[in-house]
Amino acid sequence: MAPNPQLDDNGKLCHLLTIEGLNAALIHSILDTAESFVGVNEREVKKVPLLRGKAIFNLFFEPSTRTRTTFEIAAKRLSADVVNLNIGASSQSKGETLLDTVDNLAAMGADMFIVRHSESGAAHFIARHVAPHIRVINAGDGRHAHPTQGLLDVFTIRRYKKDFSRLAIAIVGDIMHSRVARSEIHALTALGVPDLRVVGPRTLLPQGVEELGVRVYHDMEQGLKDVDVVMMLRLQNERMRGPLLPSAGEYFKHYGLTPAKLKRAKPDAIVMHPGPLNRGVEIDSAVADGPQAVILPQVTYGIAVRMAVMTLLAGSST
Amino acid sequence: MSPSPVLPEVDPLIRKLAEEIAGHLTDRSALVGIHTGGAWVAQKLYALLGPEIPLGTLDIAFYRDDFSRMGLHPQVRPSQIDFPVEGAHIILVDDVLYTGRTVRAAMNELFDFGRPAAIELAVLIDRGGRELPIAAQYVGAVIPLPPHQHIQLNRDPQGRLSLSLLDKRH
Repeated sequence: MAPNPQLDDNGKLCHLLTIEGLNAALIHSILDTAESFVGVNEREVKKVPLLRGKAIFNLFFEPSTRTRTTFEIAAKRLSADVVNLNIGASSQSKGETLLDTVDNLAAMGADMFIVRHSESGAAHFIARHVAPHIRVINAGDGRHAHPTQGLLDVFTIRRYKKDFSRLAIAIVGDIMHSRVARSEIHALTALGVPDLRVVGPRTLLPQGVEELGVRVYHDMEQGLKDVDVVMMLRLQNERMRGPLLPSAGEYFKHYGLTPAKLKRAKPDAIVMHPGPLNRGVEIDSAVADGPQAVILPQVTYGIAVRMAVMTLLAGSST
Repeated sequence: MSPSPVLPEVDPLIRKLAEEIAGHLTDRSALVGIHTGGAWVAQKLYALLGPEIPLGTLDIAFYRDDFSRMGLHPQVRPSQIDFPVEGAHIILVDDVLYTGRTVRAAMNELFDFGRPAAIELAVLIDRGGRELPIAAQYVGAVIPLPPHQHIQLNRDPQGRLSLSLLDKRH
C-alpha cells in the first residue's frame, strides 16, 4: 500500500488532504484544539501570534466565497500573512501549468497552500510536489473530499450532541456529487456513529455507497425517523451532466426538508447545511431559519476548526 | 554531585502567599492562574482570599515562543477570563518560575483581553535560571536548581498538592 501522503515518518499530520484514513484520536485532537480557538474568536482581540511570519496562499482554482473567506479569517487570526489567488482569472488563463504556479508561489516564500480545485486529487498532486516544509490543505477537490468542512460538521455535532456513540445521523440529498458528504461519512464512521444514513433519489446516490458504512434510504420520511442530526446537502447543479432530476419542484416535494418532514426526527434534532442554501429546493426557509437549524454556528465553528488544522500542520514543520 | 534539596510542604507556602497578597488587594484585583499548576495554586489562593476576588485561568499554548520548534501542546485548554481585564490589578499565579518565558507569554495573552492597570506575579517556587528580566512580587520559596533538575507540582484525586523533583539525566 502506498504511504499516506498526509502523514510524516512519525505518523504526524503534515498535510490535510482527506479525512479518509484518519483515526478517531487524531480527529478528536483537531476538534479539541478547535475548541480552544472558539474561545479566542469570542474575545475582543481575536488574534493569537502562533503563525506570525508564515505566508499562506489561498489557491482557488474554483470559485468560492464562504470557504475562502473562512480560511482567510482563520489564517489572519493566527497572525499569518495571507494572499488570495483566484487562479482561474489569472495564471491558468495565460497557459501556466498548475505546478508552475505552485513553484512560483513557493519561490515567494509560501509556507502553506490552501487548495480548491474542480479536479479530484489536485491537492494530493500539489502535496506530492512541494518541498517538505510546505503544508497543503485541501479546501475541496472535485467530487473527492472537503476535509475541513467534514471536520467542522463533526465539531458542530460534538458541540450539540456530545457523544457520537449513540447518534443516528441522516445525510440527505445529492450524495453523488458531494465531496462534503464523502468527508462527513469518513469522519462520522471514524468517530463511531452507529446509525449513519444517506437519503436521496437513486440518481443522486453513488453505486456501492453502503460500502462506506452507511444505510441507504430513498424515502425521506423513513430516513429521518428518530435521527439526532439531519445534514442537508446542496444540489450540485453545476456538477450534474444530464437530467438526473425531473425538476427542482419535484425534488423539493420528495427530498426538501420541510417542518412536516423534520417532525419525523427526534424533537431535539439539529439541522445542518454546508451552504450555500437553495431555499425551496433542498430546504424550506421555515426550517433553515428555525430553532433547530445550526447552519450559522457551522460557519462560525468553521473558523476555529480551520485555525486548529493550520496550527497543527504548521507546528509539525521541520 | 550536590545533594537534592528537601522539598517543602505546599499548603504552608500557599498560606504565606495568601497573607502577603491580602495586604495588597484593591477593589479591582483579580487572580489569574496559568495552566496547569498555576491554576491549582490560584484556586487555593482564591479559597483563602475570599470569593469577591475574580478568578481566571490562562492556557498560554497559543502564545509560546517555541511553537515553531515544538508545535502545539497536545492538550490546550481554553483560557477563562470572565471579568474585565481593562484597568484591573491582575495577580498572575504560577507554580514554578524558571526562565520567565511562560510569564512573558501569559502577559502577552492578558493584554489581548484588555489593558490591565497593573500585573503582579505570585509563584509557589522560584528556582532561578531566568532568561528574561522577570521577577515575582510574591514567592512561596526560593529553591535554586541546576538546569537538569525540574520541580513539579502534583495534585492527587482529593485535590492535595505536593512537590516532586525530576532529573532530566535519568
